[in-house]
Amino acid sequence: MPDKVQTPSEQLKIVIVGHVDHGKSTFVGRLFHDTGSLPEGKLEQLQKIAERRGVPFEWANLMDALQSERDQNITIDTAQIWFQTKKRQYVIIDAPGHKEFLKNMITGAANAEAALLLIDASEGVQEQSRRHGYLLHLLGIRQIVVLVNKMDLAGYSQERFNQIEAEYRKFLGEIGVEPKMFIPIAAKHGDNIATISANTPWYHGDTVLTALDKFNVLDSPQDQALRFPIQDVYRFDARRILAGRIESGRLKVGDRLLFSPGNKVSTINSIERWNAPVSTEAGAGESIGITLTEQIFVERGAIASLESAAPYELTKFKARLFWLGRAPFSADKVYKIKLATQEAEVQIDSIERIIDSSTLETVARIEKFVGRNEVAELTLRTKRPIAFDVHAEIVATGRFVIVDGFEVAGGGIIAADNYPKRSSDSLQKSHNIYWSQSKVTANQRALRNNHRGCVVWLTGLSASGKSTIATELERELFNIGQQVYVLDGDNVRHGLGSDLGFSQEDRAENIRRVGEVAKLFADAGVICITAFISPYRADRDLVRTILKDGVFIEVYVNAPIEVCEQRDPKGLYAKARANQIKDFTGISAPYEAPLKPELELLTDKLTPSESVALIIECIRNRAVPAADWDI
Amino acid sequence: MREAFNKFDNLAMLWSIGKDSTVMLWLARKAFFGHVPFPLVHVDTTYKIPSMIEYRDKLAKDWKLDLVVGENTAVLKSGVTFPNGKATRVECCGTLKKDALRSVLDKHHYTGVIVGVRRDEEPTRAKERYFSPRDKNMEWNVEDQPPELWDQFKTDFDKDTHIRIHPLLHWTELNIWEYIERENIPLIPLYFANEKGERYRSLGCYPCTFPIKSQARTVPEIITELRNTKTPERAGRAQDKESEDAFEKLRRDGYM
Repeated sequence: MPDKVQTPSEQLKIVIVGHVDHGKSTFVGRLFHDTGSLPEGKLEQLQKIAERRGVPFEWANLMDALQSERDQNITIDTAQIWFQTKKRQYVIIDAPGHKEFLKNMITGAANAEAALLLIDASEGVQEQSRRHGYLLHLLGIRQIVVLVNKMDLAGYSQERFNQIEAEYRKFLGEIGVEPKMFIPIAAKHGDNIATISANTPWYHGDTVLTALDKFNVLDSPQDQALRFPIQDVYRFDARRILAGRIESGRLKVGDRLLFSPGNKVSTINSIERWNAPVSTEAGAGESIGITLTEQIFVERGAIASLESAAPYELTKFKARLFWLGRAPFSADKVYKIKLATQEAEVQIDSIERIIDSSTLETVARIEKFVGRNEVAELTLRTKRPIAFDVHAEIVATGRFVIVDGFEVAGGGIIAADNYPKRSSDSLQKSHNIYWSQSKVTANQRALRNNHRGCVVWLTGLSASGKSTIATELERELFNIGQQVYVLDGDNVRHGLGSDLGFSQEDRAENIRRVGEVAKLFADAGVICITAFISPYRADRDLVRTILKDGVFIEVYVNAPIEVCEQRDPKGLYAKARANQIKDFTGISAPYEAPLKPELELLTDKLTPSESVALIIECIRNRAVPAADWDI
Repeated sequence: MREAFNKFDNLAMLWSIGKDSTVMLWLARKAFFGHVPFPLVHVDTTYKIPSMIEYRDKLAKDWKLDLVVGENTAVLKSGVTFPNGKATRVECCGTLKKDALRSVLDKHHYTGVIVGVRRDEEPTRAKERYFSPRDKNMEWNVEDQPPELWDQFKTDFDKDTHIRIHPLLHWTELNIWEYIERENIPLIPLYFANEKGERYRSLGCYPCTFPIKSQARTVPEIITELRNTKTPERAGRAQDKESEDAFEKLRRDGYM
């Protein structure tokens, strides 16, 4: 490392919004010029182009660099540019004011820490001025300065300025927004941008530049409750790393983490970073990895918190939402919600109110849908529980987007309500309302279930842990919404194999029957877990051959016989030693261990949760692309 | 980058050998704890400055990279390149870079490609998204881009489209150098001033890339230089200036 590293430049992201033609791009061009931020030759280049085209030079051309925009004279997308004051560097997100391009304005504004809102002094407060003010609020931007532009066209009139300020302040006040200040400007001439203008002797406030420097850079919330959404679980080497970015709070080695949804707990063993000083702590804003002391099953989507301050975990919540999709957000359709790294199916439960964002009036409508560019207060229902927070408390886990087909079509923030703290009683039954008259293919089943059927074949000595693992695995897969069923050795022998004994032939027939049943389950799209000693290799291999490649997952549950004998929960080893049971595997009958199992679990070293995690990982790693889901 | 790795089955990263994509490669090693779990695609125009290739192969070996090199053999054979063949600068970029890239992507069926472009490089790049879809003809629909909210990216897409992922989009040239300094990332020496007082600020093919006058021999000196300059970064890249919207046209057609 070099001896002395220079401090990185402080950066503040601001968005500039306002009604179409209220002069945003002109303002930005001027701001650039006045802060000496223009690249050498850029101004001359654009002036020359204007000359060549025989049109007057426009400051706006600087931002509207795209051909199509120069032709239409409107900003289509959000462009970002940079300038520097003595205090810090600024990134300007110039958001389009045209109604058609609202989604671009939202994209721009969602990334900003502060906003400048322009209003044309001669036209006054317009539809988009109101809508943008409301959306800034919804997007969580609290630092807002209003610039009353084109003061030159209003004769630099103090009366006009005061009138606009009063009108707009009233509107913003109704939605709970308090702007930091109003500044009269004329972007074209540079009034009150870098220097106080002689044209507005009645104005004694800040220039745009001094106002900007009064904004605060928003720090990542270190002092809030810990929220660490898991992005992915990596196993590139011996470490099993849970990777993600800490959204709020802090964590350290030794902390007990609660993973939601699912209520699983483990302890941080280490904090992983690459090419960085080793540290046992990490805080909000850092992208890190952690390893756990107990290898429980955690996957992308889980949110880690401390047990004392967990997020909510529910299937229903209240939200304020804005809709950008071409098709309306309809109560009759299932959508996808993305919240932090979680994804789930979601539907409108009820619509409380639809609001016209420019007038703030309630839209009267009987049909249950939210149209394009509308804002709504509603209740959403997810198919399985998701973990979340109220936006006013923790921002990153209190906001979400809705995906319609392939497109992000809406976004929202979660409103406060009397949510119960934990969700065990709010679990809802899934609504399987879709029936098809035609033949359902394995592929269709797999697409519905989001996984294909398979057989997880647990084999091992009696008391090696097969049944324990099978039931825990079943619970785990069920909780994440998968179709799963356990065929247990003892249970099957009560019915399906009640005519069979324990000779080698009878055991072979028993396994064959179980194999055929498991095949039917897999065919039906279910993950079928079998827990049978199944001591003979040939019997297991027979089951493997009746299933398609990749469907049979042989898991060798391996514990030394001494350990099994010590456990002996049913007292069978004792009976076998006393010759009360004939042909007992491991004592008086052979056990042929698998030669190439898909997975081997040393259950004298692994906890049941760790074994379950390994099996789920194994199933995942063997997953094939959805197109090849035919069994 | 982790979002991309989780969401795309067939992901690759473009590595131009330049400072930006090398920083991006470094970020990948950070994100994946020392590993690079996808191949790196380098489009070789054969006109690259020779020491770039040496540097590329050395890093590929040292960092255990899965390197895929693409080139437009047909055009190179026919010789329709700039400046000796009968191609303009822009046409040459079109065939040697854009078409070569397309054929590498097609051949390996990459559905996600990580690219090290930055918004501050050039105005059309300022309009990019972090996750930016391209249709099956690799075309970029600038007028209708997906919304990007709160780090939620477009990760659902039709099978005919592929997605460009731009992790460095919000970085500035200065940020890049500050990061290079902080992390002590090994860079190709062409970026540093030589005895003649010249250094490259942006790297490309030798017929179209020219060094700038500079005395900056170290990373801190470059940072100081950048804090005081007003010359654009791609000023030494001749193809941008062929016509008013040359670069935008290249991008719409699938150039990086």
